[in-house]
Amino acid sequence: MAQSSTASKDAAVPDFGIDTVPMTTPEALRDYLARLRAGQLGSLPALLGLVALVVLFASLSDVFLSLNNVANLLAQGAGQTMIAMGIVFVLLVGEIDLSAGTASGAAGAVLAMHYVENGNLLGGMGSTVFILFISVLAVAALLAGLLRIWAGVAMSVLAIVLAASGIAANPWIEMLLALCVGTAIGCITGFLVAKIGMPSFVVTLGLFLAWQGVILQFIGEGGVLGISSSPVLNNVANGNLSPLGSWLLFVLAAGGFAAATLGRHFSRRRRGLVTQPTPLVLSKVGGITALGLAATVLLTINRSSNESVVVTGVPYVVPIILVLLTIGTYVLNRTSYGRHIYAVGGNREAARRAGINVVKIRASVFVVCSSVAALGAIVYSSKVGSVDPQAGGLNTLLFAVGAAVIGGASLFGGRGRVFDAVIGGTVLAIIANGLGLLKQPAAVVAVVTGLVLLLAATVDALSRQRASTSAR
Amino acid sequence: MNEPVLEIRGLNKSFGPVHVLHDVDLTVRAGEVTALVGDNGAGKSTLIKCVAGIYASDTGRVLFQGEPVHIRGPHDAAALSIEVVYQDLALADNLDVVQNMFLGRERGSRWLLDEASMEQAARETLASLSVRTVTSVRTPVSALSGGQRQTVAIAKAVLWKSKVVLLDEPTAALGVAQTRQVLDLVRRLAEQGIGVVLISHNMANVFDVADRISVLYLGRMAAEVPAKDVTHGQVVELITAGRSGELGLARPESVVL
Repeated sequence: MAQSSTASKDAAVPDFGIDTVPMTTPEALRDYLARLRAGQLGSLPALLGLVALVVLFASLSDVFLSLNNVANLLAQGAGQTMIAMGIVFVLLVGEIDLSAGTASGAAGAVLAMHYVENGNLLGGMGSTVFILFISVLAVAALLAGLLRIWAGVAMSVLAIVLAASGIAANPWIEMLLALCVGTAIGCITGFLVAKIGMPSFVVTLGLFLAWQGVILQFIGEGGVLGISSSPVLNNVANGNLSPLGSWLLFVLAAGGFAAATLGRHFSRRRRGLVTQPTPLVLSKVGGITALGLAATVLLTINRSSNESVVVTGVPYVVPIILVLLTIGTYVLNRTSYGRHIYAVGGNREAARRAGINVVKIRASVFVVCSSVAALGAIVYSSKVGSVDPQAGGLNTLLFAVGAAVIGGASLFGGRGRVFDAVIGGTVLAIIANGLGLLKQPAAVVAVVTGLVLLLAATVDALSRQRASTSAR
Repeated sequence: MNEPVLEIRGLNKSFGPVHVLHDVDLTVRAGEVTALVGDNGAGKSTLIKCVAGIYASDTGRVLFQGEPVHIRGPHDAAALSIEVVYQDLALADNLDVVQNMFLGRERGSRWLLDEASMEQAARETLASLSVRTVTSVRTPVSALSGGQRQTVAIAKAVLWKSKVVLLDEPTAALGVAQTRQVLDLVRRLAEQGIGVVLISHNMANVFDVADRISVLYLGRMAAEVPAKDVTHGQVVELITAGRSGELGLARPESVVL
């Protein structure tokens, strides 16, 4: 209840809000439990599920926790996890991108063709298809210009330059080209959804089919474009950092996380803002550092089953995912762009009235999604060593959406983090890997994956109900 | 008597053949609550929307702090620091109180938001309004009650140093206790020197907080009177019939055609 309005300003400042008083650790824990009970679960269910799955499979299979399998599991799940990270942006504004899978496949096909044809895309595609390809990129640049997404314009133009210049095969150029193609595709999707105002479901369903056709056209019926002969392209998902590199990664990642978390904590404390209790923050940082330390120690042990070969080091996919996770989390939490994405997802009308360019925000998330999906395509193509007409098709997209939802992102928009995609992607990878080790047929894997997704959606719906009923 | 901060003179607005507002005059004074009352369809919301720049008025003048101004869109109104708190509250449920109050006008650079400074400013604003019902400024709006949401929306107007705040039925969906909170808040807005316009159907609320009452009757301003000079019954008559004794629109028989 509001008290008398005559209270003086000086009295009001300390009076206002209990959150100017620093909480003790037990109080903070109680507060956390209260929020859990109120339905603000975050990624806790997914994390618990992750632990449960690990325990389950470890007890059922001796191989599951073997170093080799763990490293393999990380690489297996990386591609779809990356696509899921992009999908999170689209889910946040309450849209869906069904085409992210095949769009990534199209980017992968261009990458593979550039490599196989030694940069001669014109020869690989045939002149008609090549001209169409360039025109689509030009259209994407134009649409990005209309949306005033200048990064989209730059990347689309760069794709035209790279494709038309016929520059000789170079793995880094090819990866850049794939990324640019992904961005260009996102510009088209974003324009159709945000500017024309078509429902994203329909737009991306259409594009899903269209890109699938494009991949087939590029690669040819029954064809396969192998990329494993390129050491760099092969190593993306199959290579490992050197032990020294692994330790450097640990120092960088753990040090960076600790610096960011503690820096924020103490700067808030200095300014007299509410913080979590210092012991809690310290134990959080310590726990994550310990986990990283253990993982680095284990992954720098030789895990080769063959005596004559030495396999050590953290797989390259780990730093790739960590970098994407860091950038994505930073963008969503620390920039005004990220804030506006949440606002558009939470209440589009409120965002519009606050002066946010809703059209641009909605279009840009599709650009982000397709770009990140193209990066995912590099990883999963590298894993299998080739690109075939099914690349990014079949269940790729649905698994990616599933990963985001299992991790705790909401399909209704406004709620989700890039971290959710990583958790969810890991859960899915563990299910596929673990059931495979137990020699379960594909039928069982599919059914179990589906049930886990349903379970995640149920938890989401129930916690939502709880949150809305406890609000008033 | 306080200085008029916003004056509307002879405002007309038609939607096609329907003449919604006839030569409406309205004066909003700094530090006073002006209640805008009238029956459904009297043109209250239309008038507010004309001032907010959502509708363009057909004819009429608007004086802001004595200077003639043209409000052509919501941005013009915002530039004059006229803030509208809508019935359907422009708040994003998934963001917390601070994030909502600064939405679209975040502090810090584009690449790094200054959360700490925003949080401090939000807390100071709420404290200056003696809001003590929101336990933490980091609570998501979805976890707030209707009254608390209304509070956040109004505090947003204060945070942005608004000179005129237009409240469209802020208590319509609230319970008794929450209505009390919001009305206290409206009073405190005026105490801070802001010109407040309150649209309400609830006469008790109007007499509770308003300094002046403006009555719209079928698109005409029937009366603009100090609240203490009229009775509850007179205002109801003004709303339903457009006149009450000497007050209000002229009787039809005395109009020279």
